[in-house]
Amino acid sequence: MLQAVALHCSRGERRLFTDLNVKVERGSLLAVVGENGSGKTSLLRIFSSLLPPEQGSVLWEGQDIHQLKELYSGQLTYIGHLNGIKDDLTPLENLMSALSLAGEPCSNNGAKEALEGIGLKRPIHHLPSKMLSQGQKRRVALARLWLSTRPLWLLDEPFTSLDTVATDVVTQRLLMHLQRGGLAVVVTHQEVALPTEIVQRLRLMG
Amino acid sequence: MSGSSIWEAVSGIIRRDLLLAMRRRSDAAMSVFFLVIVVSLFPLGVGPEPAVLRTIGPGVLWVAALLACLLSLSRVFTADYLDGVLEQMVLVPQPLALLVVGKVLAHWTISGFPIVLLSPLLGLQFGLSGESLGVLVMSLLLGTPTLSMIGAIGAALVLGVRGSGLLVALLVLPLYVPVLIFGAGAVTSSMAGIGGEANLSLLGACLVLSLFLAPWATAAALRIALE
Repeated sequence: MLQAVALHCSRGERRLFTDLNVKVERGSLLAVVGENGSGKTSLLRIFSSLLPPEQGSVLWEGQDIHQLKELYSGQLTYIGHLNGIKDDLTPLENLMSALSLAGEPCSNNGAKEALEGIGLKRPIHHLPSKMLSQGQKRRVALARLWLSTRPLWLLDEPFTSLDTVATDVVTQRLLMHLQRGGLAVVVTHQEVALPTEIVQRLRLMG
Repeated sequence: MSGSSIWEAVSGIIRRDLLLAMRRRSDAAMSVFFLVIVVSLFPLGVGPEPAVLRTIGPGVLWVAALLACLLSLSRVFTADYLDGVLEQMVLVPQPLALLVVGKVLAHWTISGFPIVLLSPLLGLQFGLSGESLGVLVMSLLLGTPTLSMIGAIGAALVLGVRGSGLLVALLVLPLYVPVLIFGAGAVTSSMAGIGGEANLSLLGACLVLSLFLAPWATAAALRIALE
């Protein structure tokens, strides 16, 4: 269970949110919505432990994430608005190096299946990533979800530049993750097409 | 957190960075060519007087190596910062300082080690004797990793800052002074027949100290850069 307790966050002079309390249970998804600049990404970065909260704390299974440190990092998969892929490497190399860095090494075949799972066909696996479109690069980044065994997924605008087919595929993958008892926090502009009983919406006013 | 998964992550970083360097060979070659050109300018400018060249040789070679290291520093973290790989690195369930060691080691292999290999050839231009060339190689072998380690702190501190190239030079060059003094001193004293062992030991001490301290400082600076 992920829990935010009395979070305060301001960037520079601007106060983004104060006294934010929210709880995400296993098997459910928190959809963070709000206008541009309302602090959605900041909230996600606080959840990921990249950004320390100004006040308040984030608890994972009842323990402060800044005390858990690496133990907490081992529980999550974070995909930010930057894709984290290298233009000079192929999608396959990008995926495999990202996973070995994260401590979830996978086989060549496993990585290929993940890329195919998100709709990147085999010939694309061996092209330099700089030749891919924005949507294809996003898919390379999201392919990690097919191999992730971590219970907590933190996704920043995962559907940006994805077409409708890929959006559906990613949504299905999210559903599978939640049904296996995982939890997810997703920052998004779009509606997440998941059953309403497992989606909790949090609107940030900014 | 087992030992094998730490090794997996660190070796993964080294392999990826070396692969990237292979894909962009021109980047890595740049600092080496810079070194060759700068060092070759001195005999042209000062004149071919062997005694003069032999006196300035160690200093020139070391200053040029130091500047070549400085030139390559911006490549350590900037690309990773811009494409989001750095975020993923910070969120790896391993101590960030160890990953930093991996990154610096890869960076040194690409831009520091070629300098070491090339130095005897450049030393010949200054009429250094065989023994002095050996000491020069040893001093650079101990000194350039130290320069990369210290440089990584500076490179991490200026991430996301405008005009960071000049700023990193101002931050890092003063810290390079001891390494320069011991490095050039080792070669000079071996030429004077005293033997460079004392200075080489000091360089070794600098390396150990920077290996021990710089990764933690760099890791802290990286976390701040990402906030």
